[in-house]
Amino acid sequence: MSAKSVQAPPGMSGQSIGKKRVKLRTRIWKSRYIYILVLPTIIYFAIFTYAPFYGITIAFKDFKIMSGIMDSPWVGFKHFEAMFTSEKFPDLLKNTIIISMYRLIFGFPVPILFALLLNEVRSFWFKRSIQTITYFPHFLSWVVFAGIIYNFIGPSGIINLLLSNAGFEKINMTTNEDLFRTIIVVTAILKEFGWGAIIYLAALAGIDSQLYEAAKIDGAGKLRQIWHVTLPGIRPIIALLFCLQLAGVLDAGFEQIFMFLNPAVYDVGDIIDTYVYRLGILQSQFEMATAVGLFKGIIGMILIITANTIIRRMGEKSLW
Amino acid sequence: MVEQTASAEQLNEKDVLTGTNKLDANPWWAQAIIYIILIGSGLVTLLPMVNVWAISLSEAHEVFKDPMMLWPKSFTLESYKYIFNTQVLLKSFGITVFVTVVGTFLNLLFTSTGAYGLSKTHVPGHKIMLWLIIIPMLFGAGLIPMYILLKNLGLLNNIWVLILPKLVASFNLILMRNFFWSIPESLEESARIDGASEFRVLWSVILPLSKPVIATVGLFYAVGHWNDYFSGLFFINDNSKWPLQMVLRSIVIDFNMLNMGTQNTNTLNDASKLVVQPENIKAATIIFAIVPILIVYPFLQKYFVKGIMLGSVKG
Repeated sequence: MSAKSVQAPPGMSGQSIGKKRVKLRTRIWKSRYIYILVLPTIIYFAIFTYAPFYGITIAFKDFKIMSGIMDSPWVGFKHFEAMFTSEKFPDLLKNTIIISMYRLIFGFPVPILFALLLNEVRSFWFKRSIQTITYFPHFLSWVVFAGIIYNFIGPSGIINLLLSNAGFEKINMTTNEDLFRTIIVVTAILKEFGWGAIIYLAALAGIDSQLYEAAKIDGAGKLRQIWHVTLPGIRPIIALLFCLQLAGVLDAGFEQIFMFLNPAVYDVGDIIDTYVYRLGILQSQFEMATAVGLFKGIIGMILIITANTIIRRMGEKSLW
Repeated sequence: MVEQTASAEQLNEKDVLTGTNKLDANPWWAQAIIYIILIGSGLVTLLPMVNVWAISLSEAHEVFKDPMMLWPKSFTLESYKYIFNTQVLLKSFGITVFVTVVGTFLNLLFTSTGAYGLSKTHVPGHKIMLWLIIIPMLFGAGLIPMYILLKNLGLLNNIWVLILPKLVASFNLILMRNFFWSIPESLEESARIDGASEFRVLWSVILPLSKPVIATVGLFYAVGHWNDYFSGLFFINDNSKWPLQMVLRSIVIDFNMLNMGTQNTNTLNDASKLVVQPENIKAATIIFAIVPILIVYPFLQKYFVKGIMLGSVKG
């Protein structure tokens, strides 16, 4: 989309009466410096986010690098059919959804519980120290964090040393199919729970203290106060984050999984994103990889719009 | 995300962390359990890093005997000497420093001008422009179309591929836009009456008032560049142009490349007598990558906590 068409305001068709049109023109002219300020950003989005949309057409073409996207012949839904009938696809979809769901079920409550516990502590410096320590890993890259984890779970890592000292057999956890998903979920929780708690702590701080007073007068004990005041108080933010994570169910976390993935665990750990990378960039099978990526994008969009509608119906604050 | 209430601005970390006096005190045993769990979660996060640090400073045979240490045994700097002789690592460090500094500057330039423009709701076409920014958050073209575009633009294997495709992040732009939007119009008016241009208003009125949000967004971008792994993996296959995280991966996880650019290639295979072993070098490399973040962490912390609250939807 070009910058100019962006600037054209809605309803500026020939039908609008002269007077209004002049007014609009004056308003546009008055705003010319604003347009100049926004223009670089719009150009950026045009080139790097909207222009690639054109490349999606190769999912429907027999793409030949020499002839380019434009001159490659159309083949309809051939690549999609191949994708849906391939042996690989059901596994990919299954792995992606299972890993996401595990993260959601086991990972989602952790920051909430952590925030509730932190909220019981009076000492500022103690809270502050615990928070500072626990959200530090959020700023580490997955490469570095996985490196720290490998120090424990690697073939000569600490856990194996403990096992062999205790007389058990060593396990190579990095190539173990049964442990892969557990490792993914546990490490994801360890890296992000402290960071995830910040937003809940902010919400907790926003709860009106009069509500607690009222609950106390009505004879509510500690746990009842938490149940009837604290949790409803942070419900909007819980609902929002839950819906968002549900909407991102096809994003099982490329960066993390890529760090732990190896051919020995492809059956349980290969997700849509890692497959698209291998197929598209490593093997240059652009059409199929684009089709798989497009499938993921469309489902993702449907999910996020659905999530937003649900939040709005629930009467909570939605994303847009 | 799109809407922001005034109260979000007024929150600060201290309020958030001390806003507890509303609940009754716990009995001592409940309090004890809470403290134990919290200290436990702190230790679970902290100890693995301390362990890596201790390993990086210990001699190999000590690590071989017992890697479960929280303090270096037989202190040595050999593994650090080793990685500072690894040309590939230092070069990638330079690339990443460049990308972080130049990239973050350009990020802030583009994001703040765009955000300022979009905070003017009276401008015709405002809604369309805003949607143009929001749509990429919902739906993207995907990896392969991006790859082909960058290939056509001649950006593959070019250091600018680490910067240009990530010039503006929709989320950050909207965060900043909402902040600008909440600044009272009257402040700008007085500058305009004095004859200030739109650029002047942005530079002399808006930006000085927006330090917290600029710091937050700038730090988001900077950490993003520092930890960026995708761009190198997808778009750069010449390993002399790899950013830091790519080289880190090949050292820490694949354990390749260690011998590149160093003299002592045979030392790694011999057994427990040696001063430096792969485990030491991996540990030292991890610490090497953590230290810069550790240095900026106090600043990060000051702004991030506030920043995430600015961006949060208030309950």
